[in-house]
Amino acid sequence: MKQEFPKGEIKSIQGRSFTIRGDDIDTDRIIPARFLKCVSFSALGEQVFADDRKELKGNHPFDLDHNKGANILVVNDNFGCGSSREHAPQALMRWGIRLIIGESFAEIFFGNCLALGIPCLTASKEKIVKLQNLVEKTNTQIWNFNLKNLSISNQKEIIKLHLDEGPYNMLFSGKWDATSQLLDEEEKINKTFNNLPYLNNFKLDI
Amino acid sequence: MSSGTLYDKVWNFHQVKQLPGGSTQLFIGLHLIHEVTSPQAFSALNEKNLGVKFPNLTVATVDHIVPTSNQQRPFSDPLAEEMLATLENNCKTHGIKFHGIGSDSQGVVHVMAPELGLTQPGMTVACGDSHTSTHGAFGAIAFGIGTSQVRDVLASQSLAMNKLKVRRIWVDGALQKGVYAKDLILHIIRHLGVKGGVGFAYEFAGPAIEKLSMEGRMTICNMAIEGGARCGYINPDETTFRYIKGKEHAPKGPEWDKAVSWWKSLASDSKATFDDEIQLDGSSIEPTITWGITPGQGISIKETIPNPELLPQNEQQIAKDACKYMNLKPDEPIEGKSIDVCFIGSCTNGRLSDLQEASKIVKGHSVATGIRAFVVPGSQKVAKEAKEKGIDKIFLKAGFEWREPGCSMCLAMNPDKLEGRQISASSSNRNFKGRQGSANGRTLLMSPAMVAAAAINGKVTDVRNFL
Repeated sequence: MKQEFPKGEIKSIQGRSFTIRGDDIDTDRIIPARFLKCVSFSALGEQVFADDRKELKGNHPFDLDHNKGANILVVNDNFGCGSSREHAPQALMRWGIRLIIGESFAEIFFGNCLALGIPCLTASKEKIVKLQNLVEKTNTQIWNFNLKNLSISNQKEIIKLHLDEGPYNMLFSGKWDATSQLLDEEEKINKTFNNLPYLNNFKLDI
Repeated sequence: MSSGTLYDKVWNFHQVKQLPGGSTQLFIGLHLIHEVTSPQAFSALNEKNLGVKFPNLTVATVDHIVPTSNQQRPFSDPLAEEMLATLENNCKTHGIKFHGIGSDSQGVVHVMAPELGLTQPGMTVACGDSHTSTHGAFGAIAFGIGTSQVRDVLASQSLAMNKLKVRRIWVDGALQKGVYAKDLILHIIRHLGVKGGVGFAYEFAGPAIEKLSMEGRMTICNMAIEGGARCGYINPDETTFRYIKGKEHAPKGPEWDKAVSWWKSLASDSKATFDDEIQLDGSSIEPTITWGITPGQGISIKETIPNPELLPQNEQQIAKDACKYMNLKPDEPIEGKSIDVCFIGSCTNGRLSDLQEASKIVKGHSVATGIRAFVVPGSQKVAKEAKEKGIDKIFLKAGFEWREPGCSMCLAMNPDKLEGRQISASSSNRNFKGRQGSANGRTLLMSPAMVAAAAINGKVTDVRNFL
């Protein structure tokens, strides 16, 4: 069954999970540049991790039958570094990922995920390795992510997670899609414009 | 928390308001767009029935997908042509200035915007490309954004941002002969790591930084993102003002003096406080080159491939992966390693001085047998000036190919790609697995002069042997 894309408040996510192990996994690996040749994101789901998958000939986590339909990804350190391409989170989202948990995320990638309503939560290396081991032990188990408690659990184990207050509030309130908020008070944008020396002939006393 | 830094001052000028989620709505003074990360942003704008709020503050060019051997329209790759046509249409519909194919100002977005004088101190600059940090060289706060944020800037000329911490990287001394800005930034990333800058803006300062030309400074700031810092900047000074003066979009007449006095006021105060400070000695840096699969895996030309077992625990696994992928053995020298392809170009090192320095090495020599070597100027202007100085002839005579401007084999979205297991000596910015167009192709990052030396010898070479 095709999941809907994230919408509105994102307070809980439920589903099966799998892991992508390794530090510094860059966005060129998540979606190689040749797939950026498009004017729509729609085909990207099938191309996620294309080169890594080709190399593993069907044994990559994104190809394994038992991971089909899973929506929670557990990764390691500095995930999503490199290129700012939103194609990377778009590819993950269109494959079916709705939540990513890891040791840390590259900044632009984190922001791109947030703009799509995909929470990226962090935990210590120790906790992430524990979670990855648990996830890999039984691939049929259902995990429950609760934003308010900042935790994920499989009924037996609960793992506490971290998310900064800003993104937390955006996801909790459903205001992670920034456009409407940014246009809320247009007169304030105009005021900032009018006060910038370089946009006003360098008049310095404005 | 930092105070009195350029970052703080520029941030304050651009604050629109606090958003309910706790982030700041930040005004964007210059928005640059290109064909890869903008089409979906315009589609989203149309879906929401929104227009472009300040079309004059967005400037477009085409760079990632352009072929460098033949730029006749339509491009032979129909997907590339479609992307270009989409950008052309979007710009036309929304009244955005487009520096397209055939324009004498087309080029890699981070090369052409400074050339036109669009990038100036005190601005906020955003672009759907992580190397937007380049523009920080002028004392601007410049950072890469994703496509949803491109949509937001088009619609509102602003972004929801969280303020970064500021780390000052102070570089003492002066770079030695044969050591360039590229070596310095590779050295910095090697020591601070590829995620050391996450959550930080990097202020590059100190005597070694001040001595750099604007083009060298752009190389430094360009790769701040490879160290995890979304933006890097350098305080504006006389070098900055000299570069900007007279450029097409530079302030003119009486405005110039007012601009300069405002720009000067933006530099970090002598009593500014930073969240973190680091000091390095620039004079001890040697030509530096990456051996692995992240830009942090760099060594000096005289060092050997590190033994993963002897590295800090958290670097061991990626070092093992890198040895395997690159087919390099621990403790073997990097100098003398055979290469297949040489690429001079990119937003990191595709500017006139990069080509000039490389041409000095090449002059009077020939590309080694079996090596494919090519030069891709960063922009039409770079190409024109290089030709006027006869630089193209030097490269052509030595057996290099001289191409048309574009991003080319930095990320290989056009026909310029590595094949199979080929290994490149590249003046670009990323050595990720598969980055240069072959899923198992390999990349060694280095300065353009080092690439030139590698092309002549067919193997990794200490450029100082040619000086």
